[in-house]
Amino acid sequence: MAKWEMMTGNKAAAVGAKLARVQVIPAYPITPQTTIVEYLSKFVEQGELKAEFIRVESEHSAMAACIGAAAGGVRAFTATSSHGLLLMAEMVFWAAGARLPIGMAVVNRALAPPWNIHVEHTDSHSQRDSGFIQFYAKDNQEVLDTIILMYKVAEDERVLLPAMVCLDGFILSHTYMPVEIPDQEDVDAFLPPYEPKGFLLDPDKPLTYGSLALPDHYMEMRYDIQRSIEAARDLILKYSKEYKEIFGRDHGGLLETYKVEDADYLLISMGTLGEEAKVAADTLRKDGIKAGAVRVRVFRPFPTKTFVNTVSDKNALIVVERHLSLGGIGGALGTELKALLYGKTDVPIFDYVTGLGGRDTTYLDLAKIVKHSIKTGKPEDNYMWYNLKIG
Amino acid sequence: MSVVRNLGLTKEKFLLPGHSACHGCGLAINLKIVLKVLGKRTLLVIPACCSSVIQGPYPKVAFNVPTMNIAFASTGAALSGVSRALKMRGIEDVFVVGWAGDGGTVDIGIQALSGAAERGENILYICYDNQAYMNTGIQRSGSTPYGAWTTTTPIVGKKQFPKDLPLIMAAHRIPYVATASLGYLADMIRKLRKAKEIRGPRYIHLFSPCPVGWRHDSAHTVRIAKLAVETWAWPLYEVENGKVKVTVKPKRKPLKEYISLQGRFKRLTDDEIKRMEEEVIRRYEILLKMEESGIEF
Repeated sequence: MAKWEMMTGNKAAAVGAKLARVQVIPAYPITPQTTIVEYLSKFVEQGELKAEFIRVESEHSAMAACIGAAAGGVRAFTATSSHGLLLMAEMVFWAAGARLPIGMAVVNRALAPPWNIHVEHTDSHSQRDSGFIQFYAKDNQEVLDTIILMYKVAEDERVLLPAMVCLDGFILSHTYMPVEIPDQEDVDAFLPPYEPKGFLLDPDKPLTYGSLALPDHYMEMRYDIQRSIEAARDLILKYSKEYKEIFGRDHGGLLETYKVEDADYLLISMGTLGEEAKVAADTLRKDGIKAGAVRVRVFRPFPTKTFVNTVSDKNALIVVERHLSLGGIGGALGTELKALLYGKTDVPIFDYVTGLGGRDTTYLDLAKIVKHSIKTGKPEDNYMWYNLKIG
Repeated sequence: MSVVRNLGLTKEKFLLPGHSACHGCGLAINLKIVLKVLGKRTLLVIPACCSSVIQGPYPKVAFNVPTMNIAFASTGAALSGVSRALKMRGIEDVFVVGWAGDGGTVDIGIQALSGAAERGENILYICYDNQAYMNTGIQRSGSTPYGAWTTTTPIVGKKQFPKDLPLIMAAHRIPYVATASLGYLADMIRKLRKAKEIRGPRYIHLFSPCPVGWRHDSAHTVRIAKLAVETWAWPLYEVENGKVKVTVKPKRKPLKEYISLQGRFKRLTDDEIKRMEEEVIRRYEILLKMEESGIEF
């Protein structure tokens, strides 16, 4: 029988990795990811998880060791955050280029200077071009479930790419919530123990990986990665459905929607803001404003058709995000949504940048943002700051 | 061929014809020997270096053992991952070998290598030291000798003595550290065979002449390798379980005999050669003293 436990998002990530029977875990501590590493060390040392834990000397080495492990034929897992992810960046791109289905938890945190350990999506958004599949969770249950789902998708032979599950620093990583822990046998049935396939270092097959590919060949290899990550769209939906059949939960496939059918206004966000957006929609409806919420659960591959179909016939789309491309024209989500919808619909798209460095953003803020957008009618600029104390 | 047979090496080839190393390349000679000693149950992990190019451009390949190329700074870490994966899978008869140049070892890769050594990973790390960033076009590295011309020390030559990585690795108290040279093949093969039998982190530092970067006649590769040892510029020793042993003890020849064959040292003054020679002698005598004292790392 599955059992319930009050646990933090970090414990949910660690338990998810344990249930996925990861075999090599190279990891390095960084706030607010650290307790994931601590839980996993404990699972390994107590013999609850049969795995090799590599206490590497940096995040760059953590991903390099994941790459070595995956090429050596095992399921590899690591976790990081913020500066750790950026130090790791070279190997993040390498992992995808090498077509290795490595799994990672990323606890979203702002970048220094000045030092800040609270949530922002700039760290994982900086890796959006890497070829990693990117999931963003709204609660601790979703963290656990998606770690398992992530391997199912990543290891599919039509995909063979690494994946990350992102969770908001402190808001999820250090907050206790009730989480249902599935039975190991059920998880094994959904995600069987790892069988090495694909790109494997095998003395009986002396193949070379990652050697020089000149302009004659390189572009086709990029095309192949793009085709594979695009294939993940349908597979995420397929495996989410299978997951639901076994475990009774589906966190929304690519996009989680809330009261969108009859909505005039949609709040579009990622991570825990998505939960606030649901409450904001209910609050607005009490005031007679038909609002709904869309949470982008999968940022890579970016939802395309589903997104267009969900949002095109609304009065306005109101993106709220914990990200800004400095010097750019908004956050990653707003910018990409506008690019996706260009020429397909005339619906106005508002892009609000807020909650940077963990500044609290509640459903009340989101309701205010929607009302402000309705009042202005069209976006005042390419993007708008919300809750800025200056200017 | 008869010489090779006398050394007990297999006739099997793991570095195939068609690789794109330069004429007289020390790395190609070294790799040929290393793979013949280690055999086909070997996995190579290679960072950015000349070896990432000489294996041949896709879809051709001249290496006949499974090879994983990896980013510059990460050989030690990637090796750790491969080694642990094999352990998880219960595979024990495969040698996990890092094959890296000096830049990838003594400079950008030192952190990952040091971490792997400290953790006691079951890996063999071999640095072929051609004493500069040769793949990018002869730039100064932490392993470039004093006085040498490179493209980033173009006028005055390098002003510092090289980092002593074998002794730094010995200070990690790993089971086996050795230097070797293709000029002394029997010594090199003996050391490789010994490393093959040991578990845990093993480090071998190979002398690897580069005719292009050192500005020497490609016919002189082996001659230069012998002279480096005979002038004490490249001491041959091993550190087994912390004990230093100088394995070849030649009567010292004047350093000039070694450096005069190489264009990279052409502009050295007599004073600079003297300074270089003093340092060479000092470093060699430290090794002898460590050996004589029986002190253990």
